[in-house]
Amino acid sequence: MTVDKWIREGYVLVLYIVMLSCCLCFNSCSSNSGTANGSSNAKRAIIKNKGSDTMVNLAQAWAEVYYGVSDTVSVEVSGGGSGTGVAALIKGTVDIANCSRQVKDKEKQQAMENTGKEPIEFIVGYDALAVYVHKENPLDKITIPQLAEIYGEEGNITKWDQLGIANSGCRSDKIIRISRQSNSGTYFYFREALLGKERDFELGSLDLHGSKDVVEVIGRTHCAIGYSGMGYATDHVKMLEVAITSDEPYYAPNLENVIAKTYPIARPLYMYSLGEPTGEAKAYLDWIFSAEGQKIVEELGFVPLESN
Amino acid sequence: MNNQKNKTGKKAPFLETLIESFIRLCGISSIIFVFGIFFFVFKEGAGFLFGGLDIWEFLTSEEWYPTSLNNKRYGTFALILGTFSVTALAMLIAVPFGLGAAIFVSEFCSPKLRETFKIVIELLAAIPSVVWGFIGLTVMNQLIIAVFNAPIGLTMLNGGIMLALMSVPIIVSIAEDALKAVPDSYREAAEALGATRWQVIYRVLLPAAKNGLLAAVLLGAARSIGETMAVLMATGHSVNIPSGPLSWIRTLTATIAAELGEVAQGDEHYQVLFIIGILLFTITFVVNLIADLVIKGIRQS
Repeated sequence: MTVDKWIREGYVLVLYIVMLSCCLCFNSCSSNSGTANGSSNAKRAIIKNKGSDTMVNLAQAWAEVYYGVSDTVSVEVSGGGSGTGVAALIKGTVDIANCSRQVKDKEKQQAMENTGKEPIEFIVGYDALAVYVHKENPLDKITIPQLAEIYGEEGNITKWDQLGIANSGCRSDKIIRISRQSNSGTYFYFREALLGKERDFELGSLDLHGSKDVVEVIGRTHCAIGYSGMGYATDHVKMLEVAITSDEPYYAPNLENVIAKTYPIARPLYMYSLGEPTGEAKAYLDWIFSAEGQKIVEELGFVPLESN
Repeated sequence: MNNQKNKTGKKAPFLETLIESFIRLCGISSIIFVFGIFFFVFKEGAGFLFGGLDIWEFLTSEEWYPTSLNNKRYGTFALILGTFSVTALAMLIAVPFGLGAAIFVSEFCSPKLRETFKIVIELLAAIPSVVWGFIGLTVMNQLIIAVFNAPIGLTMLNGGIMLALMSVPIIVSIAEDALKAVPDSYREAAEALGATRWQVIYRVLLPAAKNGLLAAVLLGAARSIGETMAVLMATGHSVNIPSGPLSWIRTLTATIAAELGEVAQGDEHYQVLFIIGILLFTITFVVNLIADLVIKGIRQS
């Protein structure tokens, strides 16, 4: 009986140790996720910052560096999507909302009704949406009308050979469209850039839940094409050069092309505050616009404001 | 003896009534919660459910375009099919494994091995669903690509396997309890008549534990229908009429989880997501009702 008990306890212990070591491993891999600088500083004023998944890495990097810059403020960052940020802004539970799309008039109105303050818009950087394929895909460039036929409702490009390539890694030759959940800011922007306001995306795409997941899945899938911020590129994927039409030159999604506004799928990144920002929030935004803040934008694969 | 009773007798009624009313409150509160949740979900969705939503289209159209700018369409047929197909597949895998494991643990195991098994199974039940989803997204994705030569591993099969792994612990522990509840005299009687071990299980134990086993399977199925995070990550999350285990799908629950966070409150889309909640509520209600009727039917016959 006691031996049994001992064995049982031993088992649980071993399993816990295994789980714990897994946890530690996970932790070291993703140490910059979750809230940054949230701990152990009761004296510091807290700026709550929430919203866009596209911007969450950027917002966290800002928060981490700003923690060293200011000794009175700590910035709490969380993601969840542009809509989440706006919803929190409307409820007045955040100081600054990150948004990869513009806040709609209806949302502005709701914020006015709820909090009595109007959301004030700041453009804090630019993001180029890169079109990704698997790194062994022979395709190098694509036009917006081609993308529209791939993604658009009743589009007529469904196979890789229609793009003039032999994608040998993809046996069925069918294009697997990777997209985002239908109310993410990235989805809205990409749809508008491709199809304008009239047409919808064809159903049947894989609607993944984050900018990172899109790149991750494409890196494992020979048949896939997808879109995500250019800062999310990895060694397993390739970014395509994009042209507005087949007569125009193709441009790669990189800093120079976005700054020169030649790359066609680039958009501004926004931060919103409730009413004109004051005090610590104003200081934080000012710092984001400073050379130091904008340097971080560039380091994370986004496009800074200054050079514009 | 009598004296003692009298001593405590003075205090007991007060304490007893206190405890009794507390327990009663607990019982009533669960009912209040169920109705409260139903009322809340219904209230959020009601405005659009009775004012504008074409219910027939909602249930039979496969066109899910909640964020279209000029032609919003709310058809959940593909999502309903997705939910049912992935649950069915999960049950196809989980029921034989779960019942088999339960029979093994309760009938064939040595006591020491049984303890170990039970701990491991309990541990399996304690793994959060997002971890299962993560395993589906990374490990199982690769595995399905390698084994089935599929272009992508985020499929109904992937989600089904994840759901099966999640519901097996439930099925095993409830089914094992049901088998344990069969009196030993049944086993002894059968063995005394010269029945083999297999005959004892097949002819005596399984029929005797029928209700409990059915409850185990239904609770496993309920877990699968309600599961969200794992299917969101593992099934590809694609509005698509499933054509086989290797097609990618989207479930009702995953749709709510993926879209509710980013939708403007009070919006049509927001209300439709709550109507999907009502639909899920109805589905589980019907499943439970059928389970009740089946169990009652079995009891009567």
